[in-house]
Amino acid sequence: MYLGIDLGSRTVKMAVWDGERLLAHEIVESGFEPHRQAEKMLSAYRPTAVVATGYGRHLAADYFADSVITEIKAHAIGIAHHFPECTTLVDVGGQDSKVIALNDKGKVTTFQMNDKCAAGTGRFLEIMAGSLAFTLEEFGAEALQARQEVQINSMCTVFAESEVISMKNRGIPRRHIARAVHASVVDRLAGMLARLGYGDMVAFSGGVARNPCIVAMLTEKLPEARLVVPQLPDITGALGAALHAAKVA
Amino acid sequence: MSDFEIKPYPELWRSLDMDVERFDKMRLMMGDMFAKSYLGQQNRPAAMAYFDNMIAEIHGGRVKELLAAKAEGRPVIGTFCVYIPEEIVLAAGGICVGLCGGSQGSVPDAEKILPRNICPMVKSAFGFKAGRICPYFQAVDFVYGETTCDAKKKCWEILDRMVPTYVMEIPQCKQPRDIALWNEEVRDFKTKVEEVAGRAITEADLAQAIKVMNGKRRALQRLNTLRHHSPSPISGKDGLLIEQIAFYDEPLRFTEKVNALCDELEERIKARLAVPGPKATRIMVAGTPMALPNWKIHNLVEGAGAVIVNEESCIGTRYFKDLVDENVTGMEAMLTALTDRYKEIDCSCFTPNDERITQVVKEFRDSGAQGIINYSLQFCHTYNIEEVRIREACEAESIPYMFIESDYSPEDLGQLQTRVEAFLEQVGG
Repeated sequence: MYLGIDLGSRTVKMAVWDGERLLAHEIVESGFEPHRQAEKMLSAYRPTAVVATGYGRHLAADYFADSVITEIKAHAIGIAHHFPECTTLVDVGGQDSKVIALNDKGKVTTFQMNDKCAAGTGRFLEIMAGSLAFTLEEFGAEALQARQEVQINSMCTVFAESEVISMKNRGIPRRHIARAVHASVVDRLAGMLARLGYGDMVAFSGGVARNPCIVAMLTEKLPEARLVVPQLPDITGALGAALHAAKVA
Repeated sequence: MSDFEIKPYPELWRSLDMDVERFDKMRLMMGDMFAKSYLGQQNRPAAMAYFDNMIAEIHGGRVKELLAAKAEGRPVIGTFCVYIPEEIVLAAGGICVGLCGGSQGSVPDAEKILPRNICPMVKSAFGFKAGRICPYFQAVDFVYGETTCDAKKKCWEILDRMVPTYVMEIPQCKQPRDIALWNEEVRDFKTKVEEVAGRAITEADLAQAIKVMNGKRRALQRLNTLRHHSPSPISGKDGLLIEQIAFYDEPLRFTEKVNALCDELEERIKARLAVPGPKATRIMVAGTPMALPNWKIHNLVEGAGAVIVNEESCIGTRYFKDLVDENVTGMEAMLTALTDRYKEIDCSCFTPNDERITQVVKEFRDSGAQGIINYSLQFCHTYNIEEVRIREACEAESIPYMFIESDYSPEDLGQLQTRVEAFLEQVGG
């Protein structure tokens, strides 16, 4: 049994791989001590090897993990498992967004990652949802129903929030503002994809891939490619780490 | 973790009208940073002790040498650019020092006056003078600026209020008329230096200075070639440190010490001593200069177990790859030889600048690196835009490539660490 654990900026994800299939998975909030959360999650298992990924990977290695890989490699392995023919991957997590190019063996050939700010990330969506008093689930669903009437111009979370507030105070319905927020994230992702280039199939992983509006709008932005989302997009990195553990153990 | 310290010289600093209390805190921080970045490295060459001592004495020992030179009437000139013909300064018996400009600590001083959204190196340098927290800035007779970028060019006007600042115009194209302009600038520079030194530069002075500078460049070339050996006998951090010290040390002594280090490295290669280990992924860095104490990228890359084997940068190969022709005689011919050497510098301020694209690929091949990290400071428009062409060249040559745009602040370290490690996974397999 092999364990992959992804200590992300917002949540800790775990995947349990028995060599042939995904036995179990779990997602919990990172909290103040992500490695303690992770240790609790692991305690029910007696794995052959544990591979950690995500922001807390080195912390995990200090405490319990046998080895570490970056989330870029982990997502690449996870996606190659689901879609072996896929050569382009978009991963949008809590704190960063990445576009990763893979070769036909699923190996990373190049990648782009957002710089130091929260623009175009899950955290950006979360803050905007909060400022419009939506839950994350409502946020994507409501935006999907809305028309594109207004535009958010700023990619900076702080400035975009001011834009949202000024729109609210102009009486614009909040679902239209929600739509604009989603459009700004999708524009940024489409820009990163255009810069790196992409293949016929683009896979979408990370927690934000559960947002139906982002998926629909990104699909629209890429008419010449097929956008695919794995069944459990948020545990793609943890699964990749578990698969890596099985390979190297 | 160690008893290393950058030596305090409060009396000396006070005599230079520095903010002594504040500077002493910066001294402690830099000492701590140096100890953490450098002294924990395994298997360092013994000859690095000299360069470590140059850091320990950075705020005192070397400054005293500058002041002693000044007392003898020799000019001390501060610079920020590899275009300054150092031979002319040496020929007049003077000293050329690269000024401070690689620290986040002085940025807030600059931002009290300058706009925030400009190059961090320009802000840092300006802040060191504005805050009176750089002994070199306090000790120079004047600063020689140039027109390689908009930020520097306009800041000189304001810097001049605090320290005399003279500007030489660097052309931005390499047509014959541009070279002619540059040749005139070199001659004007000579006149200026002679004026400050109070004496004329003779042919013999200049011929000797050309030999000294070529000797220094040859020593740095030798070190660079040894770094290209696989496995590398010295860390990239140490390589960068020496390239940084090259800008403020006494040239003859520095040359001798670099050569002594190279002798040791040759022995290490024979003994198959590798730093950090025989299997370390080899990375070449290209791009904007990393001024002391900017070790950010090197710390990240070597902290992840790889080794940097070449810096294609002003603080790097651009400083020493070209020599001045020593076979010419006569003042006119020597000044033309200087012009010819300095026009080979492939700074991104030039257009077109195809030579640099070719040079990056050449250095990649020569260095036996496995991938290139191209580094640009924020708001350095010319290097940032030239990135497009470097990336295209790397794609065409199938060279693994990553671009990092950053400044001196630590706020992006987490993301950069992930990017660097992912790049090493990509390159190392």
